[in-house]
Amino acid sequence: MSPSAADASASVGAIPIRITINGESHALQVEPWTTLLDLLRLHLDLTGTKKGCDHGQCGACTVLVDGKRINSCLTLAVMKDGSEVTTIEGLAQNGDLHPVQAAFVEYDAFQCGYCTPGQICSAVGLINEGHAQSREEIRELMSGNICRCGAYVNIVDAVEHAMAHRRQSPRNPEARS
Amino acid sequence: MLNAEHTQGAHVGAPRSRVDGRLKVTGAARYAAEFPADSLLHGVIVSSAVTRGKIKRIHTGDAKAQPGVVEVFTHENRPSTAWFDYKYRDETAPPGSPFRPLYDDEIQFSGQAIALVVAETFEAARAAAMLVRVEYTPADHATNLDLQLDEAYVPPKKRNGIKPPPKPRGDAEAAFAAAPVKLQNEYRVAIEHHNPMEPHATTVVWKGGGKLTIHDKTQGSQNSQSYVTNVFGLSADDVEVISPFVGGAFGSGLRPQHQLFLAVMAALQLERSVRVELTRDQTFTLGYRPCTIQQVSLAANRDGKLQSVMHNATAGTSRFEDYQEVVVNWSGLLYDSPNASFDYRLAKLDTYTPSDMRAPGATLGVFALEAAMDELSCELGMDPIELRLRNYADRDENDDKAFTSKELRACYRQGAERFGWSRRSSKPRSMREGRELIGMGMASGVWEAMMQKTAARATLTADGKLEIACATADIGTGTYTILAQIAADALGLPLERVSVKLGDSSLPKSPVEGGSWTAASAGSAVQAACDSVKQALLTAARGLEGSPLANVDLDRIVLRDGRAEVAAHSSAGLAIEDIMRGAGKQKLEAEESAAPSKTAMLTHVGYTHSAVFAEVRVDEELGVVRVTRIVNAVAAGKIINPKTARSQILGGVVMGIGMALEEETLVDHHLGRFMNHNLAEYHVPVNADIHDIDVLFVEEHDEMVSPIGVKGLGEIGIVGTAAAIANAIHHATGKRMRDLPITIDKIIGA
Repeated sequence: MSPSAADASASVGAIPIRITINGESHALQVEPWTTLLDLLRLHLDLTGTKKGCDHGQCGACTVLVDGKRINSCLTLAVMKDGSEVTTIEGLAQNGDLHPVQAAFVEYDAFQCGYCTPGQICSAVGLINEGHAQSREEIRELMSGNICRCGAYVNIVDAVEHAMAHRRQSPRNPEARS
Repeated sequence: MLNAEHTQGAHVGAPRSRVDGRLKVTGAARYAAEFPADSLLHGVIVSSAVTRGKIKRIHTGDAKAQPGVVEVFTHENRPSTAWFDYKYRDETAPPGSPFRPLYDDEIQFSGQAIALVVAETFEAARAAAMLVRVEYTPADHATNLDLQLDEAYVPPKKRNGIKPPPKPRGDAEAAFAAAPVKLQNEYRVAIEHHNPMEPHATTVVWKGGGKLTIHDKTQGSQNSQSYVTNVFGLSADDVEVISPFVGGAFGSGLRPQHQLFLAVMAALQLERSVRVELTRDQTFTLGYRPCTIQQVSLAANRDGKLQSVMHNATAGTSRFEDYQEVVVNWSGLLYDSPNASFDYRLAKLDTYTPSDMRAPGATLGVFALEAAMDELSCELGMDPIELRLRNYADRDENDDKAFTSKELRACYRQGAERFGWSRRSSKPRSMREGRELIGMGMASGVWEAMMQKTAARATLTADGKLEIACATADIGTGTYTILAQIAADALGLPLERVSVKLGDSSLPKSPVEGGSWTAASAGSAVQAACDSVKQALLTAARGLEGSPLANVDLDRIVLRDGRAEVAAHSSAGLAIEDIMRGAGKQKLEAEESAAPSKTAMLTHVGYTHSAVFAEVRVDEELGVVRVTRIVNAVAAGKIINPKTARSQILGGVVMGIGMALEEETLVDHHLGRFMNHNLAEYHVPVNADIHDIDVLFVEEHDEMVSPIGVKGLGEIGIVGTAAAIANAIHHATGKRMRDLPITIDKIIGA
């Protein structure tokens, strides 16, 4: 559904917001109860962001808002008026995978793929935060993202690799956000 | 059919990254609830608030009056569907009467779907669903297995594909009484829910004229298709199920679930596209690993030789179906004992029917057996591996058949070496570091290496590209990738020139994806289809005017790098595109099927084996357990892709850690409902819970178990893991835990 279609479905109570998603500015009318997750998935057809629990318990809905990782299911869309949102669809540049995406493929850091967009956005946020220095810290700080397929060992390998890659090349894309 | 060695090539056996990896890391892979449709309606389910009873009145007026609401379906206004039970019975259904959503006013389990609110938007449907008011006439319920044991029964009708307990051997009771060393214990495992990350969902796209395209979360596109055609009386030509990606299932996608029924019902009635997604808590109204209470008795001579094995189990099932799995048989299979007896019973509970969950039955039975073997080794003062080697079964005594292969000895040896088993002191509570007690434990794992008749199509086009098609699913298992590898090697192509289509009911016939049989079954079918295309291609190549291959024997021609060449002379050959052009072929296509060898299976049986080693650290004061190291040595025949294969085992081990320490669906027996129906309170392992896991594949050649020598990996990783951890906890603490999960309260309280 296009942004204009989202407008069409808006009710009397709809609130106008301006939100930048993956570099593209959207002027939208959203109802106050619409979560950022449902806005992305249902109104903008950005289905890469996943709904695993809708309660902030699994991390599948993780996106980057102004560079920080958040659970989009616990966030009402109207709260993010004026924000810049990066979803999994916005990480690759000109067809080149983001280093975290490439590392997930290389290290087989997923199986079914459903938690993967959230894991990757969370890892990008984690690297931006700069707190994790060891595997132990990566494990702890990635624990808001459940992977039921059990790819954790490979997720830590991928994140560790991407962190080292970023240290080696400071002009990496995640430095943008 | 080519024999196994011919499939060795550039790709089979090599660690390839997933061919669907890019789609998954960019968010481009679409799952059941993510397919778009014009004028899509959203359905939200209303769940029963009582466990058993009748709906006295259901008030839908307020819900219907909400803006955007199109219809509220209940048992009072649902369209009519098939009458007979068999129409609702899918290919994996146990004996009984399958649940029919919105069938009548009867409530059979807590959380049962009793209404579907359909609206123009998801939010409108969700809000209106809260306005449906229900008056119930509640009835007494029974959900506590302990209180139903007196009513337990041997299932009168066997579930298709599930072997009943083997016949007794010798006189197990007398041998038990006479033996010098013995033990008799009860083991319990809590109810577990699959909890795949993707909640169950179905999007039905109304195509007009009664034609439906259905995107369902399923492990079997054709199983969902036949369920829909049977229940709603539709033609298979009018119903296509397309589910290319499945966000995890672990068995929960084997049976068509009630959201499929509800979405199709609404779409047919309203003649619109409809999507129904379960909430996380509603996914707890689907099947689960049943609560199972087991008794294991082992008796041995002082030299460790088993004299008697007795294994009894009672599991919960629903009122309306006799769900069965293989729980006790493993105790007659893994070890050689002259005397053995088995018993498997069910007890009726007011819950939904349990369902297959990763290594159904084996995780339970092998946990009990392997925990008991550890206790026996302590009683004997014998190393646990030595005890297992002294009772090693060289033949399947249950079925009196030979094994197609069994490299379990090598699993013990190589696993122990990798783990550093020799550094283990035999005495419990003898290893510590600071306030942490350190324990090392091990267990065996076993799963049947099955194969099911499966068909696949291979299509080689004039541009030298190959498409593989099969109706089976890839639920994260790596099926897309391994099928591409098999096909690429069969026709000597780079992996990039092979595409694989799965999860579509219109593709060549496949059973549900499950039981660890898909790699062997679909893999063998793809091999056969590609071999047929290769035959046609080489025949065409030799027939071309002036062909350098004209007088070369077929077995001297090899396909590599997109060319057909004489084996010893890579200069003498033709590119595939040139052969196709020369022969005037737009495409060469073959559909073949593969099935297990009936003659081989008269005398032989295939099993996958493993040896799992666990190191735990237990905080003596707090009772907190960390599983610091796992080594899992697996013998599973040929490994097509070591990278995705390792991931399968890692995933099984992680779920096994959850089973050992965390996973438990808690029942409030007073209300008859699951209490912790969310991911905050149903604990699954998170990243911080998982430390080092080392997987090694023991070499195992097996040309009998399947045409491509593959045994399958989806289940074996979980089997044995919980027992190894429980045994390690005993070694660390001296406390014997026979009740999973081993939570902190149990360790502190013991």
